[in-house]
Amino acid sequence: MTKETTVTEETQEQAHPMDELLRMDRMPHIWCPTCGLGTVVTALAMALDKSGISLDDVAVVSGIGCTGRVAGYIKVDSFHTTHGRAIPFATGLHLANPKLKVIVVSGDGDLIAIGGNHFIHAARRNMDITVICVNNFIYAMTGGQVAPTTPLTANASTMPYGNFEPPFNIPYLADSCGASYVARWSSLHVRRMTTAFAEALAAPGFSLVEVVTPCSTLYARRNRLGTGLDLLKFYHDNCEIEHGADTRSLDIDFQSTIKLGKFIERRRPTFLESLDDWYGQVFGDKYEPYAGATSE
Amino acid sequence: MPQDLPSTPKSTKMKYWRKPLDADKVKVPHGELHIIVNRCKGCLFCVEYCPRDVLQMSEDFNVKGYHYPEVKEDDACVNCQLCELLCPEFAIFCVEKEEEGGGENES
Repeated sequence: MTKETTVTEETQEQAHPMDELLRMDRMPHIWCPTCGLGTVVTALAMALDKSGISLDDVAVVSGIGCTGRVAGYIKVDSFHTTHGRAIPFATGLHLANPKLKVIVVSGDGDLIAIGGNHFIHAARRNMDITVICVNNFIYAMTGGQVAPTTPLTANASTMPYGNFEPPFNIPYLADSCGASYVARWSSLHVRRMTTAFAEALAAPGFSLVEVVTPCSTLYARRNRLGTGLDLLKFYHDNCEIEHGADTRSLDIDFQSTIKLGKFIERRRPTFLESLDDWYGQVFGDKYEPYAGATSE
Repeated sequence: MPQDLPSTPKSTKMKYWRKPLDADKVKVPHGELHIIVNRCKGCLFCVEYCPRDVLQMSEDFNVKGYHYPEVKEDDACVNCQLCELLCPEFAIFCVEKEEEGGGENES
């Protein structure tokens, strides 16, 4: 008991630098031990700090799932949308107030499966939002069902004999739809991930950062891969950094080499730029450039 | 007793294959680690990935029933803040320790 009291006193000594950015009344978070999501939140906070954007001009939107909880934990304007609808909500937010930096933080199941349609169209229109897709290869919150990113032969609760459906290659999907910035990092590559988040925030147009994250309780346990720490060790030994790699070569097979890096950085007119440009051509001087729907 | 601790022996002192030319001018920063014990869920990320092998797992439990990291070698921390970035529980952080008396060198 005496030990415990001293421990509590010690904790009061100084606050963690992240405490300012977190809704401390919601802590401790629900993520499992050795889950990589907390690391992603820290990296996002560092990236926001690094890019010098005022936190009043940032909105975080997320969908459903383990990653969906990010919007609830991070202390900026945030919204936890329905399943798969993080991108449409973010699109609306961006169009209503184009000055806002809208960040979508959501999982692979939310963005690529249920929200897959929204994902491809936001990338096609080059909507100026930043999407952080946390890929843990499985629907983790609902019990480890197979996701469209589950690698071939990996076990999931709805694929007890191993997965036979070919998974999505997320960077290739985003690239082929016309995203402006595409990168992939693992939750072990913290500093590179932070830089990628900062670059994605600065890049105009649709930016995607895929973060490969360990899921200890469902993916690792079902596939007998140990804990999240073992998965981090696996990423340490089996990740290859290849900037500018052909996105077609970025498939992730079960326990195979994972290619990481910054793959795409291109400048295409964003949705609002195209809108202003086209209506400027059609209506000439009568057209006033779009400045958002909110009154200042 | 924590059984699954990383057993790979790591050198605690940084070894140079050659002494850097500016070794007498470079000041190695020192960090002071703060561990919020009761937030820890014992994931071992900080212990495993500390480049100077500063941390070890405690034999005691925190209020959640997990072993937590504790500082093994107080002077070895160079304030790289990797543990702070990696910790998924926001339970560990590092502040630079101001030291009087000029550069301190190891090698």
